[in-house]
Amino acid sequence: MTSPTTTQLRKTALNAEHRRLKAKMVNFGGWDMPVEYSGIVSEHMATRTAAGLFDVSHMGEIEVFGEEALALVQHVTCNDASKLAIGQAHYSGLMNAQGTFVDDLLVHKISDRHYFLCVNAGNQDQDFEHIRANNHTSAQIENAGGRYSQLAIQGPKALGILQGLTDVPLDSIPYYHFTFGDVDGVDCLIARTGYTGEDGFEIYFVPEHTEKLWTSLMEAGSVEGMIPCGLGARNTLRLEASMCLYGHEIDDTTTPWDAGLGWICKPNKGEFLGREALVRQKEKGVDRALVGFEMQDRMIARDACAVWAGGRQIGRVTSGSPAPFLKKNIGMAYVPVEFKAHGTEIAVEIRGNRFPARIVPMPFYKRTK
Amino acid sequence: MYPNEYRYTKEHEWIKVSGDTGTIGITDYAQHELGDVVFVELPEIGAKLKAGDVFGTIESVKAVSEIYAPVSGEVTEANTGLTSAPETVNSDPHVAAWLVKIKLANPAEVSGLMDAAAYQAFVSEKEASA
Repeated sequence: MTSPTTTQLRKTALNAEHRRLKAKMVNFGGWDMPVEYSGIVSEHMATRTAAGLFDVSHMGEIEVFGEEALALVQHVTCNDASKLAIGQAHYSGLMNAQGTFVDDLLVHKISDRHYFLCVNAGNQDQDFEHIRANNHTSAQIENAGGRYSQLAIQGPKALGILQGLTDVPLDSIPYYHFTFGDVDGVDCLIARTGYTGEDGFEIYFVPEHTEKLWTSLMEAGSVEGMIPCGLGARNTLRLEASMCLYGHEIDDTTTPWDAGLGWICKPNKGEFLGREALVRQKEKGVDRALVGFEMQDRMIARDACAVWAGGRQIGRVTSGSPAPFLKKNIGMAYVPVEFKAHGTEIAVEIRGNRFPARIVPMPFYKRTK
Repeated sequence: MYPNEYRYTKEHEWIKVSGDTGTIGITDYAQHELGDVVFVELPEIGAKLKAGDVFGTIESVKAVSEIYAPVSGEVTEANTGLTSAPETVNSDPHVAAWLVKIKLANPAEVSGLMDAAAYQAFVSEKEASA
């Protein structure tokens, strides 16, 4: 299969800016995106110690409107959206009838009649089609990805940097809440969310203002040590924070119970797609678990490496990488439940040889405040 | 940029020949493509390499890259300093981050490699089409 040429890839409004910054670009889910600018390690460390600015405009947005908006959101997701207050968001799963993941997403409640969903870039169109096909309500849905750019500013200094560009008192926005406000003259949805394990914000706004906001944020932030960060650092940051990535830890063969995401799965909320399958699986007993592990020497586990224990292959690495802040080599894998205890010794097969690793508690990294 | 006294392969290794000893590393182009190097795996002293054999790996955060012997020979030294400072491959790929030294089995093989000008042209063409 031939890959799209660069001219056929989708581009965010900052594509020229990324190239001007000499970012290494990659085809990510059909988008021409920056992997790194100054280097994954320096971008990762900047985000943990100062701040990082990420162009995440490739992410998808789906809007749900109408009197029955909540009913539709409840039907297609596993978390309980009826518990959301206006201005609150939660992490959830977009589910199919088998109880497995179509995608993971953030659900924001804008009003009783308006929910705003942020979904993965590569799944945007399938997600929209899935919701449309399962919409037996009067709610209207819109595939709104083209109407939004999104920037993420993450790190201990993120709030201070963003505060310089807005009168909205950012400190009064609790984690996983959002508000609407003016940032540098641009109307934004300002959410205290992120995919790095640090404090920070994700802002959504119309694409024509993207270069202006990026430039203003970089000007305000670079004196504080903020640098632009690409998808490479986005991945190492979320892995250290033990956050799932669709296509790796979760996909249409995994349930929330398998993935340790029981905290976002609420069969008690009432009917939803996949609820019966999930209740059955819980009753039967969940037979596998997503675990985190640390390599015991300098070898690096990579995605799809075989995992061994008890003399046989028991699973595969879902995500494996060096962890720049922790200065260890870490990964996640599914193993049969009998192997999931912290401290269990396992082996990871790398280029034909097996190397020792140990199952450790997750998250690997937790920020200190 | 690319030392004139070195010779180069299409896989972005360099070799500096002195008598029947060759010092081998990867080029600046290669380290830039790799990104932050976090791990270097080198062969044992005494390993016998044929031209084109994989003799080690260099891993960056995102990628695993095999390194190929530019010519045939026996490994006489390995740069074990890279174990504790793999980032040297990024900062000084042409000198401090030499990987191995070998005793050449067939010095005539070197003449089949690119010189600095040819390698620079090869790399410029790659960068232009990226």
